[in-house]
Amino acid sequence: MKLAEIVSVLDASPLVKENDKQLNSSITTGGSSDLMSDILAGLSEGCLLLTGLTNIQVIRTAMISGVGAVVFVRGKIPPEDVIELAQTENIPLYTTPCSMFVSCGRLYAHGITGLDGNR
Amino acid sequence: MKPVFKKSYPIKKRDFVQAGTASIGIKNLLKSMGINSQIVRRIAVCGYEGEMNTVMHGGDGQLSIEMSSDLIIIEVIDNGPGIEDIEKAMEKGFSTAAQEYREMGFGAGMGLPNMEKNADSIEITSEKFKETRVKMMFSLVDEQGGPN
Repeated sequence: MKLAEIVSVLDASPLVKENDKQLNSSITTGGSSDLMSDILAGLSEGCLLLTGLTNIQVIRTAMISGVGAVVFVRGKIPPEDVIELAQTENIPLYTTPCSMFVSCGRLYAHGITGLDGNR
Repeated sequence: MKPVFKKSYPIKKRDFVQAGTASIGIKNLLKSMGINSQIVRRIAVCGYEGEMNTVMHGGDGQLSIEMSSDLIIIEVIDNGPGIEDIEKAMEKGFSTAAQEYREMGFGAGMGLPNMEKNADSIEITSEKFKETRVKMMFSLVDEQGGPN
């Protein structure tokens, strides 16, 4: 699924400047966790990360493990320094009004798999 | 091993905001050297979990990288309080981290198991009230990128 389609399915709003290359990039796996070690432990390269956690370590986790895009659930908006780091590091950052449960359900219905590729 | 390169990065205890910057520095460095991206990712994950452990549990410390043509060694050293029971600390889910760190997305007892999983080999030495050293080795010979 293209990132642009994911954004639309989740009714998500961008928190950093979007670019066409990233919006057209394909994301096939997703991980939802408020525990960053879970994301670091999984095959999270290029995945979509859904989380309710909004601190700076979410972006560092994304940088370390090569996460493709980050979506904050339940309408959460992280502090300014978190947004700034994502902007500097060119990590797509979004917020969705959907809950974690509903976000996962919508993406699953559109064919996104878990980090290990299972459905 | 004949080291061709060595670099250390300081880690400050309880500095949650800066945690991870050393590992990101190492990741960028290795990437710029053209090291296999899967190996770079494994090293970065190990370094990052090590940094978080130091920030959460240890005293001030450092993350260092030593590299030869066929091996990379990452070492996390902190000056205390040491790990009481290393075997127990290696168990998935065992943690002595304060609740505040769990709320920050870490401290769930996944750090050391995650490091063990990503490194080709790991050596932990710790002396109570003194220091902890976690040394992780990564072979550069396996072009497939290893276990992850």
